[in-house]
Amino acid sequence: MLKSLKVKSALLSIIFLVILLGIWEGANQAPTDTKPLTEYEMLMGGASQEARVPPPSEVIELGFKELSDPFYDAGPNDKGIGIQLGYSIYRVMVGFLLAAAIAIPIGFLIGMSPLMYNALNPFIQVLRPISPLAWMPLALFIIKDSEISAIFVIFICSIWPMLINTAFGVANVRKDWINVARTHQLSPLQTAMQVILPAAAPTILTGMRISIGIAWLVIVAAEMLVGGTGIGYYVWNEWNNLDLASVIFSIFMIGVIGMLLDMMLAYAARWVTYQE
Amino acid sequence: MKHHFLQIENLKKSYPGPDKDSELVIFENANFTIDKGEFVCVIGHSGCGKSTILNILAGLDEASDGIVIMDGKEISGPSLERGVVFQNYSLLPWRTALQNVTFGVQARWPEWSKDKVQEHSLRFLELVGLKGAEDRKPSQLSGGMRQRVSIARAFATQPQLLLMDEPFGALDALTRGVIQEELIKIWEESKQTVFMITHDVDEAILLADRILLMTNGPKARIAESVKVSIPRPRKRTEIIHHQDYYKIRNHLVDFLVDRSKQDITVLNPKDASPKIIDLAS
Ligand SMILES: Nc1ncnc2c1ncn2[C@@H]1O[C@H](COP(=O)(O)OP(=O)(O)O)[C@@H](O)[C@H]1O
Ligand SMILES: [Mg+2]
Repeated sequence: MLKSLKVKSALLSIIFLVILLGIWEGANQAPTDTKPLTEYEMLMGGASQEARVPPPSEVIELGFKELSDPFYDAGPNDKGIGIQLGYSIYRVMVGFLLAAAIAIPIGFLIGMSPLMYNALNPFIQVLRPISPLAWMPLALFIIKDSEISAIFVIFICSIWPMLINTAFGVANVRKDWINVARTHQLSPLQTAMQVILPAAAPTILTGMRISIGIAWLVIVAAEMLVGGTGIGYYVWNEWNNLDLASVIFSIFMIGVIGMLLDMMLAYAARWVTYQE
Repeated sequence: MKHHFLQIENLKKSYPGPDKDSELVIFENANFTIDKGEFVCVIGHSGCGKSTILNILAGLDEASDGIVIMDGKEISGPSLERGVVFQNYSLLPWRTALQNVTFGVQARWPEWSKDKVQEHSLRFLELVGLKGAEDRKPSQLSGGMRQRVSIARAFATQPQLLLMDEPFGALDALTRGVIQEELIKIWEESKQTVFMITHDVDEAILLADRILLMTNGPKARIAESVKVSIPRPRKRTEIIHHQDYYKIRNHLVDFLVDRSKQDITVLNPKDASPKIIDLAS
């Protein structure tokens, strides 16, 4: 029964995909021009054809070509999609891990101490709603390095969900479990590591999952701003080249990598989840 | 004056009352003693402050007045010398049954090797009949099995005083009977000093050397100390035939039904020890 449900839903997904691609392909048939090309159109090399959104067949064909050699490097404006994605993943990872290294300990502190919670809460409430990209000019001015500025923007947008979830998870560890630690005379550090951390881990991991999702959203925009390398820059560059098939393929790849990053943390979450 | 292992003197717990300067006294002038190796049960109506007393003994709660002296020293804060079995088991759900026991053993003897910790913990899991279930998480265990793990964890750390707050309150009667017998077995082997709260009169008679009776709150008091004059080893099926059994049982039920409501006024409450009752014939 369960298995047949899985098979059915997979089948349905494929049907939806085929319909979607079919409509897209059908709507994109090159217009059968009866009129001869004007002189201007001839000059532009049949611009009316170039400007249409490429059909899926074209995108898929390009995708195969790109993925067959994803890591070629032929100068600053011509790198394989693998290299561009690699840059973006690298920046997201560095910014995200730095944020985790700071957000989780501070989250612990806030969660364990009502004093710290009340003292730091106003800062968090004001800083959290700021669009991470709003930091970019300031980052560029202070850091004077576009690479590090991009990482900084990732850092700043990843920090909040992890900080808030860690604090919430730590503050809501069941009193009974804390009492178990107390009656066993655990030191504060032992209590944190052996009781609070495992108890709050699922909530912390949820925060990490939200953070990496946001970081992946933000890196594309940040790279469009700072340029140079990365998938965000690549998309923008292909748009300037009017290579829409590449744009669409890149969009698809952004989605795939985002999904993989999320799956990675979802998998990690399975290790720390417990049933009460 | 005789030196007792545990001395509770003029213990009082109150909370701030509804209006300023007033206080809500849960219990006061609680005086009692427990000797080494004794098994003492406390019975009283719900809300009279039994758990509060136990939490003060555990060091998890603070008394408003009075002191607790264990082995000649006043207690302050929790200690591994005072193990606790909570009513809701309080197992760590991300640890297996065995790991929940090793948690306590490791805390108690940090210098022990991993193997020794493991072996010691397994022995206590076996004592409560959980051999074979050691790798299961609490969520995969029944209520009775969880409480066994909790008991194993407490006994394995071999505290000088074991505190149990209605440990079988959430279990069905059949399971309770089985675990009670296991508790007797493990207690007889370890000769642990036990302070246990229960609301089950038969359970108290089966397990205890002495039963403390608490009046209703607010301003509850420990009014009587009833000696259980039935020889050990005791078995649930056999003690009911002992000549003192119904005398004791009736006395306890009587107290709970009638006398617990009475406002027992004492002349000098400061050194009011519970009235000692010995019904042995
Ligand atoms: N924070 C508190 N403020 C006021 N009253 C409290 C507080 N905590 C517990 N109490 C009261 O203390 C009394 C004793 O509680 P407890 O020790 O749990 O009783 P028992 O275990 O005998 O059922 C209860 O009547 C409860 O309402
Ligand atoms: Mg209680």
